Amino acid sequence: MKKNIAQTEIEVNEEGYMTDFSQWNKEVGVGLAKEQGIDMTDRHWDVINYIHDMYKKDEPLSIRGIKKSGILDIKEFYDLFPGGPLKKATLIAGIPKPKSCI
Amino acid sequence: MSTKVKKMLFILSKATLENVYAAFVMANGARMEGIESEIFFTFFGLEAIQKKKLEHLHVATVGNPAMHMPTMLGGLPGVEALATKMMKKEMEKLDMPPVGEFLEILSDSGCKLWACKLAIDMFHLSKEDLIDELDGILTIGDFYNRANEEGTHLLFI
Repeated sequence: MKKNIAQTEIEVNEEGYMTDFSQWNKEVGVGLAKEQGIDMTDRHWDVINYIHDMYKKDEPLSIRGIKKSGILDIKEFYDLFPGGPLKKATLIAGIPKPKSCI
Repeated sequence: MSTKVKKMLFILSKATLENVYAAFVMANGARMEGIESEIFFTFFGLEAIQKKKLEHLHVATVGNPAMHMPTMLGGLPGVEALATKMMKKEMEKLDMPPVGEFLEILSDSGCKLWACKLAIDMFHLSKEDLIDELDGILTIGDFYNRANEEGTHLLFI
């Protein structure tokens, strides 16, 4: 389905995840974050950049991966994206929801 | 996703690797979905939070029909260790952390870890034997009080 955010039309699935990453830009990210009740800070962008790096390298995302990333620890990750950090961070980053159980 | 499940309380009473991982994966999975989670370690489950024992847990090869091996074979020396080694290898492939690291992840994720007072007394353990991440030692009454919220579920493993 289509959705308007930050004056951009984006394509999303029923859970609100973008289905076409080429439609993503920083303003879209800010808009998606607001809908999740998150005001983006530099630390949030550090995480989004890391997620984009992993996505481009086709590497799976996991909580263990966050711990090993050297970008931030798990506690901060939960503080930055409360209520399901990996789910929320990937939604804001415009990539599919991770399928991992860990 | 929105769910009516707000809090998951796990009671882990066994120390076999497959049960410990079931509790850990589900407790961590809850946190990742924005659900609160806590684990109450009791009886043999206490082995999973004893510093000296937690990295030496085994899968059960005897009395476990899903191992598809004759019970007598499962009881031979070394068979349990071999099965455990093989399972750990498979889990590593899936990027499953070892028990100690998994406990750190759970604690950092906000999952509360509790030890059962009665079982601690029964096995003559002290706080020093247990992991540093432990949130405390509770009676079963204390634990039930933590379930006193709408949307809380208890699961015995």
